[in-house]
Amino acid sequence: MNAFDESNVNKFKSYFLIFCFSLIIIALGYVFGRIYGGGNPSIIITFMIIAFIISVIMALISYYMGDKAALSISKAYPANRRDHAHYINSVEGLAIAAQIPTPKIYVLPDEAINAFATGRNPENASIAVTQGALKKLNRAELEGVIAHEMGHVKNYDMRLMTITVILVGLIALLSDFFIRGMIFGGGGDRDRNSNPVFLIIGIVLAILAPIIAQLIQLAISRKREFAADATGAILGRNPEALANALKKIKKDGIETKNATKATAHLYFSSPLRAGFLNNMFSTHPPIEERIRRLEAM
Amino acid sequence: MNTILLIVLIVIAVVLIWLIAAYNRFVVLKNRISNAWAQIDVQLKRRYDLIPNLIETVKGYAKHEKKVFTEVTAARTALMSATTLPEKAKANNQLSSTLKSLFAVAEDYPKLQANQNFMMLQEELSGTESKIAYARQAYNDSVLMYNNSTEVFPGSIIAGMFGFGQKDFFKTDEAEKEAVKVKFE
Repeated sequence: MNAFDESNVNKFKSYFLIFCFSLIIIALGYVFGRIYGGGNPSIIITFMIIAFIISVIMALISYYMGDKAALSISKAYPANRRDHAHYINSVEGLAIAAQIPTPKIYVLPDEAINAFATGRNPENASIAVTQGALKKLNRAELEGVIAHEMGHVKNYDMRLMTITVILVGLIALLSDFFIRGMIFGGGGDRDRNSNPVFLIIGIVLAILAPIIAQLIQLAISRKREFAADATGAILGRNPEALANALKKIKKDGIETKNATKATAHLYFSSPLRAGFLNNMFSTHPPIEERIRRLEAM
Repeated sequence: MNTILLIVLIVIAVVLIWLIAAYNRFVVLKNRISNAWAQIDVQLKRRYDLIPNLIETVKGYAKHEKKVFTEVTAARTALMSATTLPEKAKANNQLSSTLKSLFAVAEDYPKLQANQNFMMLQEELSGTESKIAYARQAYNDSVLMYNNSTEVFPGSIIAGMFGFGQKDFFKTDEAEKEAVKVKFE
């Protein structure tokens, strides 16, 4: 079994997580439909279609405009050949290795060591690296970081994360509909036909589902980070340099500016400071675990 | 009677779809190899174009190092006249090693080292050098994938039927960057 097959296995696992999402959505739709529609399937379906349309519109906007938004929020500016020749050459080289078009190349005005990739597919991808990374990492380490970002681009991670965001949004919307319905009162059907057991299940689901969905989204995000490390190691043939870059980030300990919760999942290493319950609620796996896996390759 | 006919038709359809998919897969893999090969050529050409400029710049500071200039020029010409894959691989390795000695010679001239143009050329040449390595890696990865699929059953039947033969790797003298063993979770 070669590395390419293993990366397919990893992709399969990610899709399995999406399957779990779908189950949550179906369960929500069913329970809410029972409560409001007394088991009338057309009401259940209407419920789900409305929520689906709203979340698809939101997701399409983020799918097509997300890269520009991420670049402008982080104040990225295009790299030029005079100042960043080595950076540009590394990106071009790794794009050749990954057999994808060269992404657009940006620099982030930030002293922390970090980087991100964005764009809906390899044809529309952008890669951005902080000034801190260009200054503090040696050539091999910088190449390792770029290889990791190239891994995200090659693996279509933005597409996967967009699908995930659609599903999380859908669950949040359904729960929101339900709670609003409870507060402002539904149709008369509810009092006559609904079963109190479903009502209780509905309340519990409405509260728990968005939290669970969020956790699954974060789990997918962490999985994609491991996958990008692995793909980066395959492309750059130098997992040690990638591990060294992570060690430098850990030692450096500077927080990335201009990174928000909305863009955190894009970055090479988590831009936000570690907090309580960090592992479960983080977009990134613990840095030590990533180093350990890279060094084992 | 009708059901038997239906089953036979379905089986034929499934086999046909599989045949088409397998055939197309070989075409895709083969195209990937030629794309990777074209990429190597682009980078080799790029390096070819950079060398005269480099020699001119170095000559300005180190006129007497004639031997190394002739070696680089000869290797450059040899690479461009190479046509087959083993020839190109050999000429490419030759050029890489002569360039290395040129840069080693340049180390002795501090003024040259400080020259803006020289620094830029050095960066561009080492960038091109690593792009050639990456392009070769992509080429060899593609060849490996293609060769594996022509050998593995049942794809091997299609490969034999439509004449998808084995392809050669782009070999090199330098210590090959080791293929990484990756363990996915």
